[in-house]
Amino acid sequence: MQRREGLAKLTGRERYVDDLPLEGALWGMTVRSPAPRGRVSAVRFRPDVNWSEIVVVDYRDVPTANEILLIERDQPVLAAGYVRHVHEAVLLVAHPSREMARRAARAVDVVVAPEPPALDFRAPPRPEQIQFGRDNVLKRLQIAKGDVEQALARAPVVVEGVYETGAQEHVYLETQGMIAWLENDVLVVKGSMQCPYYVLNALQHALGRDERRVRVIQTPTGGGFGGKEEYPSTIALHAALLALKAGRPVKMVYDRPEDMASTTKRHPSLVRHRTALTTDGRLLAQDIEVVLDGGAYVTLSPVVLSRGIIHAAGPYACDNVRIVGRAMFTNAVPFGAFRGFGAPQTLFALERHMDVIARALGLDPVELRRRNLLRDGQSTATGQVIRDGTDRIAVLERALALSGYREKQHSHAAFNAAQRSQRRGIGLATFYHGAGFTGGGEVHLNSRLQVAGLPDGRVEVLSANIEMGQGTLTVFTQIVADRLGLAPEEVVIGEPDTARVPNSGPTVASRTTMVVGRLIERAADDLRHRVGLDDRARGAAVKDAIMRWHREHRGEPLLGEAVYERPPGIAWDEERYQGDAYAAFAWAAYVAEVEVDLRTCTTRVIDFVAVQEVGKVINPTLARGQVQGGVVQGLGWALMEECKVENGAMINNQLTNYIIPTSDDVPPIRVAFVENPYPHGAQGAKGLGELPIDGPAPAILNAVAAATGADPRAIPLTAERLMEIVERTH
Amino acid sequence: MRVLLADRVPEALGLLAGDGAAIPVAGGTDLLVHWPVRIDAHDRTYVDLSRLEDLKPLRWSDRELVLGGLTTYWDVIQDERIGREFPLLVRAARQVGAIQIQARGTWAGNIVNASPAADGVPVLMAYDAVVVLESGRGREEVPLDHFYTGYKEMRRRADQLVVAIRIPRRPYSYQVFEKVGSRRAQAIAKVGLAVTRSDAGWRVVAASMAPTIRRCPMLERLLEQRVQVAHPGDLVPAITQDVSPIDDVRSTAEYRRRVMARVLYDDLRETCGWP
Repeated sequence: MQRREGLAKLTGRERYVDDLPLEGALWGMTVRSPAPRGRVSAVRFRPDVNWSEIVVVDYRDVPTANEILLIERDQPVLAAGYVRHVHEAVLLVAHPSREMARRAARAVDVVVAPEPPALDFRAPPRPEQIQFGRDNVLKRLQIAKGDVEQALARAPVVVEGVYETGAQEHVYLETQGMIAWLENDVLVVKGSMQCPYYVLNALQHALGRDERRVRVIQTPTGGGFGGKEEYPSTIALHAALLALKAGRPVKMVYDRPEDMASTTKRHPSLVRHRTALTTDGRLLAQDIEVVLDGGAYVTLSPVVLSRGIIHAAGPYACDNVRIVGRAMFTNAVPFGAFRGFGAPQTLFALERHMDVIARALGLDPVELRRRNLLRDGQSTATGQVIRDGTDRIAVLERALALSGYREKQHSHAAFNAAQRSQRRGIGLATFYHGAGFTGGGEVHLNSRLQVAGLPDGRVEVLSANIEMGQGTLTVFTQIVADRLGLAPEEVVIGEPDTARVPNSGPTVASRTTMVVGRLIERAADDLRHRVGLDDRARGAAVKDAIMRWHREHRGEPLLGEAVYERPPGIAWDEERYQGDAYAAFAWAAYVAEVEVDLRTCTTRVIDFVAVQEVGKVINPTLARGQVQGGVVQGLGWALMEECKVENGAMINNQLTNYIIPTSDDVPPIRVAFVENPYPHGAQGAKGLGELPIDGPAPAILNAVAAATGADPRAIPLTAERLMEIVERTH
Repeated sequence: MRVLLADRVPEALGLLAGDGAAIPVAGGTDLLVHWPVRIDAHDRTYVDLSRLEDLKPLRWSDRELVLGGLTTYWDVIQDERIGREFPLLVRAARQVGAIQIQARGTWAGNIVNASPAADGVPVLMAYDAVVVLESGRGREEVPLDHFYTGYKEMRRRADQLVVAIRIPRRPYSYQVFEKVGSRRAQAIAKVGLAVTRSDAGWRVVAASMAPTIRRCPMLERLLEQRVQVAHPGDLVPAITQDVSPIDDVRSTAEYRRRVMARVLYDDLRETCGWP
C-alpha cells in the first residue's frame, strides 16, 4: 500500500503549520537568557524599537501556574526572575511583522547577576554549584540481580571500561512551530507535535482552563524523533500567552538556529562497565554505572534514565547484575526525549564493551555474543523471563551471512596489508529494544481509541497518535482495512484534534503500531459488534451494516471503542525495579563495514546490514525505511554529529556546522526481517521505530577498532578524535 | 533591506560608488547562509548584479581563460575544455555545496566573500589567476595571491566590482586539489590544498589553514629545490612557517597541520620520488 499522504508531500501540497493562513496574526518571538545561571537583575528595553506596537509577555502574565506540566513541575513557562540555563525563555514579544518582532526580541537586554553554574555532569558538584536536592542528582535508579560483589571477587577475569556519548540534535526537517487563537472562549492551539494530549494538559495546567476551553490540533509534522514529544508544550504555552494577551492570533515558528540552540537534545552519557567472565567468555557478573546529563530541568530525564538502565545489560544471560543510574542536574539547556530514549547510550557502551572484552580474552566477538545471547527461559537484568520463541542466535547468523562477515574478515586482512593508508574492518552489535512504555506505563496511560462508522459506510479512526513521517496514517489504514475487509480508500484517519479524538496516548516509545494498532483492531471489532455483526463479517457486509445502522439512528454517532488492556502474564515491581519491563522486545544484529583513511582519520561506512525480529512486518516499505533512517541517524551520532557547547548551550547551531550525513555518506543499508508474530500487537507487530538507532554506533566503532587496532570509547568519533587515538595507539 | 537594480555594468558601478557601503550580490549563496542570524545584514543596501549579461560568459583566448564576473561553478563544470585544461577548476566546483549552489554561486563571489575555507579560490590561486576590478575610476588588476591582506580583508574598494578573472594558459605537469571536510558532500573544508607545477614553477595553496587562503612559499621552495622528504613529518617545519591554523568550531590546529603534511606527502610522493 502506498503512503497515504505521500503524494501531497511529494508535490509540496502538504500544509505544515508555517503554511497555514492566519488572518490578522502576530508573529511571536522569544527573549532568552544570556547566562547559564543567576538572578535576573534587570530587563531593559532599548529605545530603538517603538514598544507601543509590541505585545510583551512575561511570567506575570501566566494566569494560573508558571509551570510546564511534565513529570515534575520545576520548569517555568517563563523565567520568574531567575535563570538556570542559557537560552531559557524570559520574555515573549509579538508584532504583525516577523522582522519587527525579531528586532524587538533583540532589543531587550536581560541582565543576569551570575552565579556559579554546574556544567560538567561527570564531575561531582562543588557546594556552590548545587541547585537540586543535596547533590544535583535529578533521579537515581538501581537494578539488582544476584550477588555481583561475590561474583566479581571469584571471577577468573574482570574487564573494565568507560564509555561516553555526546548530545545529539534531532534535525527534524520542520522546526518547532505553533499557532494559537481564541475562538469565542475556546483557546485553539495548532502545530507540530507528537503528543496532542501532553500539550492540552500543559495548557490546562498553566492557563487554568478546563478541557472545554482548550483545543489542541496536530498539523502535519515534518519529523519529530522525540524532539516533539515534550518540547511543543513550551512553545504552545508561549504562543497561547501572547494570543491571550494580544487578543489576536499568534504564530511562533523557530528558525533553525533558534531551534537548535534552545530546544532539547539527546542526553549525553557516561557509562562504566566492570564485567566478570569465565576464561572462555561466559558472563558471570555485570556491574554497570550509568550517568546522564539531564540539564537544567527534570523534563523526561527520569524515564530516559529508566529505559537506559533497563537496556544497559543487553540481550545477554547473566546471573549477577547491578546497574546504578543517575541523571544529573547541570545548567545546560535541558535534554529530552530522542529516539531510543536512553537505550542507544547504554547499548553503545555495552556493545563496544563486548568487543573490548573479546579483545582482552582473545576471543572472537561473534563467539562471545553467541555464548551469552539470551535463550528462551533465561532472564534479563530485571528478571524478566524471555519466552517469546525468537531464535536470537538465528538473527545473529542471518546478519553474519548477509554481510559476508567471515569472508570480509579475510579479505580485509589482505587489503590492509597491501594498502598504505586505507584500512578496512567489520564490526557487529547484537541488541534489543523494549516496545511501549516501561513497566506499568501503558497501564497508567490507559489509552482509549475509537473507530467510527460513517453514514456512507466508511470508517474513521479517532486517535491522538500522529503522523510525523514514520507512517502512522498508512499503517493505521492498513490495520483497519485488513481487520474489516475494507479498501484503503474506505478508511479515514481523523485529524488529531483533542476536541474530537480520545486520548490514545503519545506517539512515542515504539508503541504506535504495536499498542495503538492493537486498540484499533479491538475498536474495529467493537464497531462490528455494535452493528450486530460478529468478528467474521468483512467488506460489504460491514459497510452495509454501518449504513443500515445510520438509517435507523439518524444523527447519532456510531463508535466502536477500545481501552488498553495489559497483556496477560505481565508483572512489574516499580519499587524494586524487577519484573517484566516491557510487554515485548524486538531483537537485532547489525553489521557495519568501514574504511578508514589513516592520513585524515576519516571513517567511511561502506556497507551495512541490519537484521531484526520485530514480530510481524505490516508495511515492508515503511519498515525498511524506518530501519534505514535509524541507521543513518545512528551513523551521524557515531561519527559526525557533535554539539559544541559553551556555557551549556550549543554554539554550532546551524546546519553548516552541525554535521549530519549526506546521501553520499550513507552506504547501502541491507535490511532483513525475521518474523515471529507477537500475539498482543496489531497483526502480530512489535515496536520498530527506535530499535534501529541502538545498533549502528557500536557496530561502526567496533568496525573502526577492527580496521585500525585502535580502541575508541567515545562518540562522536570525529576524525580529530580518531587521529588522537590512533596516534596514541601507534 | 534595500536592493538596487542595475541593467548594465556602468550603472552598477555608479550605484556602488554612490552608496559607498552597498554590497554587490550575484548568486546570493553566501548571503543566505547567515541571513537568519545576522540581523544587521537586513539593514544593508545591495546591488543586484543578476541582469548584467556581459559578465556571465567565460571566454577563451590564445593566452588565457577569462571567467566573467558572474560565471558560475556550473558554467565551469559544463565546459569540457576547462575539464581538459584546468581540471582543478571543475574538481573544486563540484565540491561547492550541492548542485543548486553550484548553479547560482559565482567564482567572483567566492573570491570577494574571502572565506579562508573557500573551495574555488585555492585552485584559482594555484593557476596564477588575476582579479580584474572595475570602478568608475577605471580598471585595476590584482594577482589573486596578492589580493587578500587579512581575515576577510582584501584589495577591493567598495566602489569596485570584480568583472573578470584571468587565468593564464600553461601546460601543467602536475596538478591536484584536495578537500578534507567533515563529510563527503556539502562540507566546509577543514583542510584544502591545491598544488600545481608548470614552467612558472610549483604552486602550493592552502585553505582553512590561515586567516586567508594563501600560497605556501616555504613548501614551494622545498619542492623547487627538490629537497628529499622521508616522512610527512619532514614537511611540518615548512608548513609551520607557511600557515597558522587555529582551533575552531570545525576542527583543531593540530589536526589541520598533520593532515596537510600527510596529504601533501602522499600526493607528491611519487612525483617527487619520496619513499
